[in-house]
Amino acid sequence: MTATPVTVSATAALALGDDALVLSHRLGEWAGHAPVLEEEVALANIALDLLGQARVLLSMAGDEDELAYLREERAFTNLQLVEQPNGDFAHTIARQLYFSTYQHLLYGRLAASESEFAPLAGKAVKEVAYHRDHAEQWTLRLGDGTDVSHERMRRACEALWRFTGEMFQPVAGLDVDRAALERDWLDSVSDVLRRATLAPPEGPWTGAWSAGAGRQGLHTEPFGRMLAEMQHLHRSHPGATW
Amino acid sequence: MVTATTPLETELLRLAGSVPDPELPVLTLAELGVVRAVRLRGADAVEVELTPTYTGCPAVEAMALDIERVLREHGMREIAVRTVLSPAWSTDDITAEGRRKLREFGIAPPRVRTAAEPVPLELGPTRTRQARTESVDCPHCGSADTELLSRFSSTACKALWRCLACREPFDHFKEV
Repeated sequence: MTATPVTVSATAALALGDDALVLSHRLGEWAGHAPVLEEEVALANIALDLLGQARVLLSMAGDEDELAYLREERAFTNLQLVEQPNGDFAHTIARQLYFSTYQHLLYGRLAASESEFAPLAGKAVKEVAYHRDHAEQWTLRLGDGTDVSHERMRRACEALWRFTGEMFQPVAGLDVDRAALERDWLDSVSDVLRRATLAPPEGPWTGAWSAGAGRQGLHTEPFGRMLAEMQHLHRSHPGATW
Repeated sequence: MVTATTPLETELLRLAGSVPDPELPVLTLAELGVVRAVRLRGADAVEVELTPTYTGCPAVEAMALDIERVLREHGMREIAVRTVLSPAWSTDDITAEGRRKLREFGIAPPRVRTAAEPVPLELGPTRTRQARTESVDCPHCGSADTELLSRFSSTACKALWRCLACREPFDHFKEV
């Protein structure tokens, strides 16, 4: 019924697993701070989905706890986009829009492939469809809302734009048509932004003046502080359980 | 998709499937459609295949422990519960009896879908009203006049709705 699993690419499993783990932690930081109760619940639910995906992916690369709690900053290969601080609600939504669109398109392709990620991707693509829908609906509401919400959403989309090109860099062991992925992502995100009365940002998103070397283990300053908080308990009490 | 071949395996599958869901105890695991297979690996050794509703579903570990306990009570000594992701679980795997029990419990059951996409929604000025062909009926009063409050609710598998007729909020087991 199931095909024999091919050799797992640890590099690709780590890259995708780290994306899910780090964004899950960032979204979890909203607990107790979200603007309304429904969003509190929504962001925590999205974080839980991502954590489940991260556990499967990291387990493909090694011991999930060791990988999550005992690696140093330079050993994480997540996109710089997902480690960006939550900012205001608009920044979180812009980050969600950029990432969930990418993840949904990527998982959709992996699910239909012969890759070792197909079983997880087939499962996760259904969860991520809801994340993407959530982000799109909020982008529309904030962009096409009041002057204040429009301006905040515009600022957030511009601020995070330079982190988006990194999503389409090659990852060893991840066999997807990156050019098509990039084109579909750009079409989809541009369409949502236009419907939200926001123009797609014009700044560079790939190339010399864009950010992004997260896949090579280079991270932005806020990531170290996030990791310190995420790993503190496990490092202070090695082997502790409850 | 659910497989068991020998009479003993059929019996063990029935037992594993009779375990109540830890978060929705009105439903059994068989009605939820998450027990995939039971295979004997020896006279008293058995392997059970369990599929999660959501990748991050925290109830999976409790389900595995409950299955182990039930099978141990029925003479099994070595029990391995394995989590399988593929083929992905779908709300279409919930049995008709499971749907009936959900409604009785106050949770609107998932609609039977055709595509692997969320139900399309239209955004109103302040609330999310759905452009839909098939409504989510209120599990309390049966009215079809309902609105979506949030795509996410008390657990990963549910969405939060409100009935405009009886004004009661309710959970809807959302389609995946």
